[in-house]
Amino acid sequence: MRFQLSPEQRQFSATLHELLGGADTAAAARAWAAGEHDRGLKLWRALADAGVFGLLVAEADGGLGAGAADLVVAFEALGYHAVPGPLAESAAVAPALLTGHRLTSLAEGDLLATVVAPPEVPLALDADVAGVVLDLTGAQCAAETELVRSIDPARRLFRVPGATEAQSPAFDTGVLAVAAQLLGAGQWLLDTSVAYAKQRSQYGRAIGEYQAIKHLLADVVTGLELARPLLYGAAVAEGTFARDVSAAKVMAGDAAYLAARTALQVHGAIGYTAEHDLGLRLTKVRALAGAWGTGSFHRARVLR
Amino acid sequence: MDLDIDEASAAFRDEAREWLASHVRVLPSMDTAEGFTAHREWEAELAEARWSVVSWPAEYHGRDASMLQWLLFEEEYYAARAPGRVSQNGLFMLGPTLFAHGTQEQRDRILPPMARGEQVWAQAWSEPEAGSDIAALRSTAVRTDGGWLLSGQKTWSSRASFADRAFGLFRTDPSAQRHHGLTYFMADLRADGVTVRPIPQLDGEPGFAEIFFDDVFVPDADVIGEAGQGWKVAMTTANNERGLSLRSPGRFLAAASRLVDLWRAEGAPESTKDRVADAWISARAYQLYTFGTVSRLAEGGELGPESSVNKLFWSHLDVALHETALDVLGPAGETDEDWVNGYLFSLAGPIYGGTDQIQRNTIAERLLKLPREARR
Repeated sequence: MRFQLSPEQRQFSATLHELLGGADTAAAARAWAAGEHDRGLKLWRALADAGVFGLLVAEADGGLGAGAADLVVAFEALGYHAVPGPLAESAAVAPALLTGHRLTSLAEGDLLATVVAPPEVPLALDADVAGVVLDLTGAQCAAETELVRSIDPARRLFRVPGATEAQSPAFDTGVLAVAAQLLGAGQWLLDTSVAYAKQRSQYGRAIGEYQAIKHLLADVVTGLELARPLLYGAAVAEGTFARDVSAAKVMAGDAAYLAARTALQVHGAIGYTAEHDLGLRLTKVRALAGAWGTGSFHRARVLR
Repeated sequence: MDLDIDEASAAFRDEAREWLASHVRVLPSMDTAEGFTAHREWEAELAEARWSVVSWPAEYHGRDASMLQWLLFEEEYYAARAPGRVSQNGLFMLGPTLFAHGTQEQRDRILPPMARGEQVWAQAWSEPEAGSDIAALRSTAVRTDGGWLLSGQKTWSSRASFADRAFGLFRTDPSAQRHHGLTYFMADLRADGVTVRPIPQLDGEPGFAEIFFDDVFVPDADVIGEAGQGWKVAMTTANNERGLSLRSPGRFLAAASRLVDLWRAEGAPESTKDRVADAWISARAYQLYTFGTVSRLAEGGELGPESSVNKLFWSHLDVALHETALDVLGPAGETDEDWVNGYLFSLAGPIYGGTDQIQRNTIAERLLKLPREARR
């Protein structure tokens, strides 16, 4: 047993953080929310070059033939930097649904895919920019053109008439990716809150000196630290993938949500402004906590 | 990254499972005189088959088991519903301390009878005015011919009502500030000048006790580490208590599985579904987190302040799990002996070994590097 990231996985993570850290992902997310996709698509291309969309695509089809643990590494970074777009849909779910040249295009970043899986995923994320809208049988669907507003403005959702319900390993891989994205967002919220608590003073002391703040942040650490092994455990579990993925989604969702609420509390009013990047994660965490299966849905699966 | 169990470890686990299946029996509470005796016998039986301290060297009744094997053993132990460990303070706190800081003579003299349950150890840690604040300890030790004279009062000392010996910190340099000037001693609870007063716990049984020391002689051979360095020595013990050794995931996984079974047997009520699932999810998370820690340690990493993350998490998990079981049982909850005992035991978790509040301070200051609060 070696339940640790490999040096290659650490390197992959560092590469993505470096790439995204210098890319002003916040500006890309805000533009994406306004329906301006250029910056986001440029980011998409860079991520494709780094291998993100080919992770689960076989080498013969132009991908990397990597595993679910690598997917978790990537999605922690994508969540951390609030990257917009149909990420889980394209990188985690579509590889199991597409074949041939479309699969190669997906791996290369030329084709954005989005997915519906009612009732857990009733609306198609970013169907206006995706080249293909799929249900979990791999059938192509037509999305309506009218935008449905999400609590997270960077999640642009569209109705899809008549999509069939189906759960499958592809669904579970999507859930795993979303859970990792949640964890990454939670980690950013923690890191940013800790930095702020060290720098911001009130009553003559850094607010991070007060136990009231310390104890909130310690609980956030605990939640995130214990959710992470569930994600990687699910990624490498044999025979219990669905159950472990559900467990990971529940705990990552709860930990990220606690991180979001705590971050807002630690930042105070400045965190409530649209200018602050905190809001990009706060609203995404709330949206993703219910997307790809609610807590109740996944808890029921854990007990099945 | 993988969760594969190697062949040798799988064989080890299977051997443990088989042995436990044919030897486990229900014992009376170790917090009674009769139960304490029965638990000593169980410890001897474990030692005889070399299951008492699997991670210790063979010369001390161990099996040189790896940490992974130790975790697998613990999973089997609790899944088999084997008895609680009456020797746990010695085995999991004093034992590791002696391996790290003791002399060869101390290890040879202390560890074998500890492993066989012949000498059961209590921790003389807390004092009435100190609690988690070890630096505020007031009990003293004064130099005398060939050793030291111990005086003062220890309290909430687990196992002390029936135990043979105790270990703890005493102040040997009253002029030194706070955690300097403390020394780590082992003392005989039957020595002249020792008075043990049992204290009934929430369940009415004398699970812990007060210990009064009145000029109790302790030879130099029973000092662990250098005089005045007790704090440093104790930190090893504290990290062991908070970290892996006292609360391996096996206990929580076994309890969570029983909770899921109970919930199903009660007709899978929707009202408690989420909490039952959360208990199982948390136990699984704790198991995997521990596997990660063990993998890291195997590669030369050290157990640091994340042991506080560990303790904070399992103490909450344990309480929530047992609360949920009592709620699943409904009106029958208050009379279900097993779950009630487990619940009462869980309530101590957020208090001992450093309270939740102390753990949160440690996480914030040592892991997140937030500034220390001004102290008077």
